[in-house]
Parts: sequence; C-alpha cells; structure tokens
Amino acid sequence: MTGASVEEFDVVVIGSGFGGSIPAFHLAAGGARVLVLERGPRLTSREYDQSLRFGSSATRIFDFTAGDGMSVLGGNCVGGGSVVYFAAMPRAPRFAFERRGSLGHRLWPSAIDRESLDPWYDRVAEALPIKRHSWDEVSYAGGAWAAICDHGGRTANPLPSAVDTAKCVNCNWMMSGCAEDAKQSLLLNYIPAAEANGCEVRELHEVQHLTRDADGSYTVHYSHVHPVDYRETVGTGSVRARVVVLAAGAAATPVILQRSEPHLGAMPDAVGRYFSGNGERINVASLDESALRDTLGLDRGDGRAYEAFQIGRGPVVATWDRQDENLPEFERYAIEQLYFPPGLGTILAQARTSDGGPGWFGLEKKELLSRWQSWLMLFELIEDDNEGVFGAPPPSGNAVRLSQQLLGRGTLRYRPRATTRAAWARADADVRELIEDAGFGQVEPWTNDLVGAYTVHPLASCRLGDDPATSALDDTHELRGHPGIFVTDASAVPAALTVNPSNTVAALAERSVQHICDRLAERGISVRYGGLLPV
Amino acid sequence: MTQNADSPPLPPTRRPRTAPLGERPTLTDAQRVALEAYADTVVPGRKRHPDDVAIAGVDDTPGAVECGALDVLTDPATGIEDGVGGMADLLDQRAVTWATARELPDPVGRFADLGYTDRRRLVAELTDPEEPEKDLWFLVALFATMAYDSAPHLETADALDPAVTPASGLRAMGFFPPVDGRWAFDRGGYGRPLARLRAGTDDHGDPR
Repeated sequence: MTGASVEEFDVVVIGSGFGGSIPAFHLAAGGARVLVLERGPRLTSREYDQSLRFGSSATRIFDFTAGDGMSVLGGNCVGGGSVVYFAAMPRAPRFAFERRGSLGHRLWPSAIDRESLDPWYDRVAEALPIKRHSWDEVSYAGGAWAAICDHGGRTANPLPSAVDTAKCVNCNWMMSGCAEDAKQSLLLNYIPAAEANGCEVRELHEVQHLTRDADGSYTVHYSHVHPVDYRETVGTGSVRARVVVLAAGAAATPVILQRSEPHLGAMPDAVGRYFSGNGERINVASLDESALRDTLGLDRGDGRAYEAFQIGRGPVVATWDRQDENLPEFERYAIEQLYFPPGLGTILAQARTSDGGPGWFGLEKKELLSRWQSWLMLFELIEDDNEGVFGAPPPSGNAVRLSQQLLGRGTLRYRPRATTRAAWARADADVRELIEDAGFGQVEPWTNDLVGAYTVHPLASCRLGDDPATSALDDTHELRGHPGIFVTDASAVPAALTVNPSNTVAALAERSVQHICDRLAERGISVRYGGLLPV
Repeated sequence: MTQNADSPPLPPTRRPRTAPLGERPTLTDAQRVALEAYADTVVPGRKRHPDDVAIAGVDDTPGAVECGALDVLTDPATGIEDGVGGMADLLDQRAVTWATARELPDPVGRFADLGYTDRRRLVAELTDPEEPEKDLWFLVALFATMAYDSAPHLETADALDPAVTPASGLRAMGFFPPVDGRWAFDRGGYGRPLARLRAGTDDHGDPR
C-alpha cells in the first residue's frame, strides 16, 4: 500500500453517479488521467432483471440504509442513482435557491441562482437528453392524478424526464435498471464518453478514507467489495491523485470525510451536518374505481377506469400549485404521483384499522394489498429544515451492512423540527382534501414508526454556501480548508428543492468542472475544459 | 471481514449472476411454529390443515406462511437467518410473559397459543418505536411480509405462475404477469389532457 506500487492519477473520482461521472467525462476529455472508483457493481442492460428475487439487479444495485429517524434509499452501482432513478428531471424553481431555512440567511452561495444555473441545466438537457412530455405520454396513474387535481381546481404538469418514450414499454421495472435503454442512465452517455477519453472505471471499489501527501496530493484508500456478499472485503488498495472529486452520494460522502479527519485534519463543521431528505414523504391512496369512472370519466377502454398502478414509468405528473414563491418558506411543496414496486413500496403503507392499532400489518393491510392495482402513490416534496446529523463513522463504508445486499444500518440521526412536521402535515391534508374529501378513495401516509422518515433523494450533508460556519464547500465546490478536494454530488445541494433533485445535481456537477480545472492548473496539470457533449 | 493488502484487483469479468451465499439454519419444530405464527400475524392466511396451530385462520386465502415466509426468513441473503431461531425462542418467552401479565384465561406456553387479536397486540408492542429490540422484530416482520407481497425467494415470473407457485401474494394483489417472460404494456395511459398546466411553466416544461 506504500511506495512505488501506488498508482497515480491526476484525478480520482469517488462515485459514478451524476456528481462523479459528469466531471470524470469533462476532465478526461480535457486531457486529465482520471480514475473512477465505484463501490457497487457494473451491470449491462442485459443484466437488468424484471424480478424482485434476492440477488437480482433489484438488490444488487440498490442500498437501503436505515438510520435513526431517517432511512435513505440510493443507487449502489456504476452509474449510481442514474441507473435506479425514475428519470424525472424538473429544474428547481427560483425560490428554492433563495431559501433561508431556520438559519435566517440565504443558504445557496450568492454566485448560484436559477438564472445562473440555467445554462448548466441546458447542457444536461442536451447531453442525456431530457424531454418535455405531452399528455399522450402520461401513464394511467399520472393521468388519474392529473384528473383528480383538475377536479380539485388545481393544475398538473407532465414531468420533464430523461426517458425516450419511443423505447419505453411502460413496464415500471426501471428501479431495477431499464432493460430497454429507454431511461437515459449515465451508462449510455457520460460514462462511455469518459472511457472513450481514457478514463478508467473500477467497480466494487469502496473508498474508506483519504490521506494527504507531502506535496499536497491525496492518497485514496479503498477496499474491494465481494461481488455477491457486500459485507465481505476481498482486498484493499490505494491510489494517488493530485485532485480528488468526492461524489459518493449524500449518505456516504460525509462519512468518507469523517473517517479521513484524523489524517487530513479538522473538517468544516458542516461536514456530516445539515442533511436534508429533500422533504420527502409518501401517501398511498386506494382509489374508488366507480368514482374515477363516474365523476372523472376515466376509461381504459376495456371497462376498467384505472386498476393500473403497475403500468408506467414511475412519477410522470406533479401538481406545482403550491410552488408559489409568494408563499412563506415551509409552505411550498410539490405533490407527484409515484410508483414503487412491491416490497420496498408496500411495507410502510398503512391500512385504516378497526382496533386503532398499527395499519402496516395484519388483516386490514392484507385487504389493502388486494386492491394494489387501484393504489395511487403520492410523493410530497416539502421544504424540510436540514435536521440530519451523521454520527461517528462505522468501521467501513457508510453503514454496517446487514444483508448480503441492500440493507444496512447507518449513523444518520434525523429529528424533524416543528417547521418540517407542519409542512408534511400541510401536504398530507392537501392530498386528503383532493382525494378522500372529494370521494375518490381512502388515503393514508406511510408510517414513520418503523424506519423513521425516508428519502430517495438525500441532500446537503456537505453543502455549498457562503457562510463557512454552515457550509462545507465554497462556491467552487472545494472543501473548505482542504484544497484539491471537491464535492460534486447531492451532498453539495444546500437544501430541499421541492422537486426531484437529479437535474440540479447534474447541472451543479457540470458547473463545477471549470473550477476543478483551475485547481489542476495550479498544481501544474493543464486540463482544457471544452464544454463538450458526451457523444 | 477478510482483508489482504497484497491481493490483486478483481478481474473485470468477475460478474456472476448472483445467488445468495451460505447455508440455511436448522430450526426446531417449536421455532418453526413460532416464526410461522408471527408471519401469520403480519399477513394472515388460511389454515393448511385442521390441526394447524401456527396459522390463526382468520382469513380464507393464503397468507405469508403459505407464500413462503420461512423460506425467506432462513435465506442467507437476509443477514438475519442465523438469528431467527433465537428470535423464535424469544418470541415464545415474550408471549408467556405477556399473557401472564394480562392473566389470560387460557394457558399460554408459546406465541402460537395466543389468538389472532392477542398475537396482533403483542406484535404491535414488539414493533413499537419504544421497544428496545424493535428493529429486530421489524426485520422479521419485513421479511415475512415480503414472502407475500414480493416473493424475494422466487423469480417474480415464477411467483405469478400458478403451475409453479400454488400460493402467491403477488397474484392476490393483482400483479400483472409477464407475456413470454417479459413485462410490457402497449397502451400506457389515457392519451388525453386531464388537467390545465400551471401558469408560468417554462418552455422546457419546468416550474419557474
């Protein structure tokens, strides 16, 4: 692990999701020697299983990390979140960049607002690509949500997405990887383009910590993860880099930095603090088929009004009426129709019980499951208050792995403040008004009693900002006090966005590249940023 | 955890189709009954035979037990397989303590001696946020539920095929089966506008 055997690169990128693969491509295209270390496996489209079996792609490429009061679901594979996401890619509204939270000052750096980020959003939109969709491309579930919103006097919008609907077969298996290549994961654009420019991507390499060398370079220390049982390590190694791009995801990036602190020196206070779950919360409605037919006129053409929860491609319609910049903070949110497959998508759903006991199990829950095709899942994206804090890092990785794949126990602690709880209650009441009060079915939120709150979009655990006391990164994404370490994943997003954040993470990653090039130049490595598209 | 600093990198082709590693634990009959009774409380089902003491029999269709709860709970992929036998023993002990404290009229020597209503009350207590071992009891409930609603011990296509899997929660949920081994839906939606767009939606279809 020492001496001449250590490999050297200009840049080591930790993580291969949006935050990692986008800089990896541009830096490799500009002439840098780039290595990407990804702790998960690399699957091809042919390896994406339409199956929920243990050991299928559904468990190989996902991580479910349970914390204390917050659980995080995220990608664990080459391509990261882009392989498992639903590819909903709305841009964040203007007010999201002006958020102050309970700190009372602007959370984003003054250099970044929606207008300044739009050119970077444009670049991502062209690269993936992202498309605006028509109503013809909306699933039954999305259509039902739109019709319910319309009945309640609300508007609804088809979500822009990175899905080629000409290839999409509406199978809704995209969380296990899209076998049709309709979903534009990074394995179809940035990653192969990076590799065509000499970038090397190594799967099953889990970075544990960094050390600093006398010349200001860093050594990145990693473990080889067993390809089936991720609890097992089958080897270790190290590589040297002049610059490190940290993009392991908001549930892992701060843990790597925490574990590195004894070697690198004190971390900014904001490393591992101010975590946000993007304000996410799910309600499940069991819809009344006759009300959908009689009141909304919904008809699938075969006598059924709906009964089509399974058909589609995740969330495709949202109502954005409460994304009103004139509303006070914590009162603005979006509600999207959503799909989760059985298992992860059913266990937390609650039936209404006759004995007043828990509704997530028992006879009434079984009856609720029998109506599964008439479910409508509503995904609330409110403004939370960045209440998450990471505890001391576990011995390896970002969690103590419990199962061979998928399940682990992390150190994140989350206690929502009254502002966040009130925001969720407001969105819950809105869903209930639109669905239950209007006679379209019964609706209950997922329980928080079992795994705490939950998120599929972890953010802000190592965030950007102008205030050194409450942000870990300056406005160039460089870690304060540690020149040459850049954080470019969702950790950097300062606060909840009220929309799916992948597009914003990708746009920030695009924006960060020039700053990384500037640091490389200072270290004597000339990398030309050409603003190329990954084709 | 094994670590070897000198081991070479994994060859890039080492990507087997994965199957869980390891051996299933051996359970005693009493442990099997306890775990089945717990699973039946989570997703109740019909009795398999008149003398079935594990299943309370409060429903007339297959529940978690018939759908393979023990197969899932003892699967090495879960990471809890080595502990479920001990959890079964503990469950029986907790049931006796619970029944004694409530002075139930009928003798209770194990969890399965409780009726469904009492089983449900005890499982609610074991999985309550205030229960110190809640996480473990929830994991047993989670994997038992999954036997019914996602069948992770089977290929999903097999779980939906009556010829392969007689009892299937996924079928009971109405999960559409594949055609020729694949899922695809020609018509995905209603194909017409169903709401007004939000005013101010930009040219990309995004909020402003």
